[in-house]
Amino acid sequence: MALTLSDVEKIAKLSRLSLTEEEKQQNLQELNDIFALVEKMQTVDTDGIEPMAHPHEAALRLREDRVTETDHAAEYQAVAPEVRNRLYIVPQVIEE
Amino acid sequence: MTQYTLKQASEMLQTKQISATELAQEYLTAIDERNPAINGYITLDKNLTLAEAQAADARIASGNATALTGVPIAYKDIFCQQGWRSACSSKMLDNFVSPYTATVVQNLLNEGMVTLGRTNMDEFAMGSTNETSFYGATKNPWNTENVPGGSSGGSAAVIAARLAPAALGSDTGGSIRQPASHCGITGIKPTYGIVSRFGMVAYASSFDQAGPMAQTAEDCAILLNAMASFDERDSTSLERSKEDYTRDLNQPLKGLKVGLPKEYFGEGMSADVQKTVQTAIDLLKAQGAEMVEVSLPQTELSIPAYYVLASAEASTNLSRYDGVRYGHRAARFGDLEEMYSNTRAEGFGSEVKRRIMIGTYVLSHGYYDAYYLKAQKLRRLVANDFQSALQQCDIILAPTAPTAAPKLGSDINDPVHMYLSDIYTIAVNLAGLPAMTLPAGFSSDGLPIGVQLIGNYFAEAKILGVAHQMQLNSDWHSKQPTR
Repeated sequence: MALTLSDVEKIAKLSRLSLTEEEKQQNLQELNDIFALVEKMQTVDTDGIEPMAHPHEAALRLREDRVTETDHAAEYQAVAPEVRNRLYIVPQVIEE
Repeated sequence: MTQYTLKQASEMLQTKQISATELAQEYLTAIDERNPAINGYITLDKNLTLAEAQAADARIASGNATALTGVPIAYKDIFCQQGWRSACSSKMLDNFVSPYTATVVQNLLNEGMVTLGRTNMDEFAMGSTNETSFYGATKNPWNTENVPGGSSGGSAAVIAARLAPAALGSDTGGSIRQPASHCGITGIKPTYGIVSRFGMVAYASSFDQAGPMAQTAEDCAILLNAMASFDERDSTSLERSKEDYTRDLNQPLKGLKVGLPKEYFGEGMSADVQKTVQTAIDLLKAQGAEMVEVSLPQTELSIPAYYVLASAEASTNLSRYDGVRYGHRAARFGDLEEMYSNTRAEGFGSEVKRRIMIGTYVLSHGYYDAYYLKAQKLRRLVANDFQSALQQCDIILAPTAPTAAPKLGSDINDPVHMYLSDIYTIAVNLAGLPAMTLPAGFSSDGLPIGVQLIGNYFAEAKILGVAHQMQLNSDWHSKQPTR
């Protein structure tokens, strides 16, 4: 399997990354080299093997449903690109 | 004047031969003088450092100090620390001054350790050479034409250059052990889950683990005692009772069974590394250890499995960098979608973009089973291999990297070659085992080479003990680069 330029464009779009034409070409070559390496995985028979998502396979720990954090909005929003009235400002997404 | 190990610095402070402020000042002066040549530190704040040092002096005067109070330490730029720029060496976070502190850093601050500064790293910990940093490459103090290794190369370099007695690093696929090998220092990646990941910028969450880096195994054990803790804010943190990681430091090695994985001694290893590993084997044998051959058959396939899984996790973890809540935001965009895409295109470097794209692809509809699920199955086979091997021995001895530190620029445009350089470290992260590097010799052109000790889950005290005994009977760890 080899990726085409249109595959790279599609992956970049899904990744929310704008790429220049030069970057697309470079990524095409490098991703194909990497996937040639990745394809070697198919040489091993893994039928019946349980996938391993986590080294200890621990169940996700739950906590009581109670408030433990106080309001840090001012501290956290101090590093935001743009805020107004405790809201993060982004380009308009709904037409007037 | 800054030659101290962490233990020596601690003793000088406790016997009041030096104050914490004087010690911090000594290091800051040395950093001013020698850091520009290696670019190991990327953020310094003398006022913050000296304020912490003065607080440590007050604590020592009050009689309320611990052995670590006043001891200086450097933090890899991946750890968030309140009041410090915590940029993960990325343009994306260049303007990010953290509003909170990582648990592992807080644990050391609670001991009264003094922050010297923040160390350079591969951007978002993605790289094996320290050349993908937004702040420029770190240079290896042993030869500034060579890389220090990655991604904790800044931490390794400042210890090697004696610009910090200790530092924190993080290890996702070998990022503590490989730069420790290339810089001639000691570092340990603990069992996954014993050190909190809260506040450590996430790259691949089921692999990332913080660990100590220092001149000696004894220093690493002392630091790990303070670092390891259960943290309810990290859902992957393990609930375990407190351990003393220094407890086996004086255990003799007579009768120790050391496994040598045959797949790690094939082609690809340089003659210098081969010679170094043999020296380590001889050293262990001389102390009564016994060598046994073991097998880790999936070693070669651990690299593709790792890059599929780590990239998949990276693509999801890095989706948070969208220019909305923090970090870089592009100046030019039309709609919201373009704001995301332009922000991410400008904020991330090429290696980060590449791994996001690999991860997006392997998780996309139609490819998930063939890549992601397949890699998770291989991950289990790799973990099973280690369990079989560790039934035949107490610890595993292996090379850390196939070669000594490469020249700057030699790997940066060949990602596949760079990925293959992690062949001896990656499988440990797939399994979540503890492993460490300690210096064991030098290449023919004078670059340090380390060897790796791998233990079973929670065997940190054992491998640190073996490393300490090796360091009591050798002096590679005390060598330092000439300036």
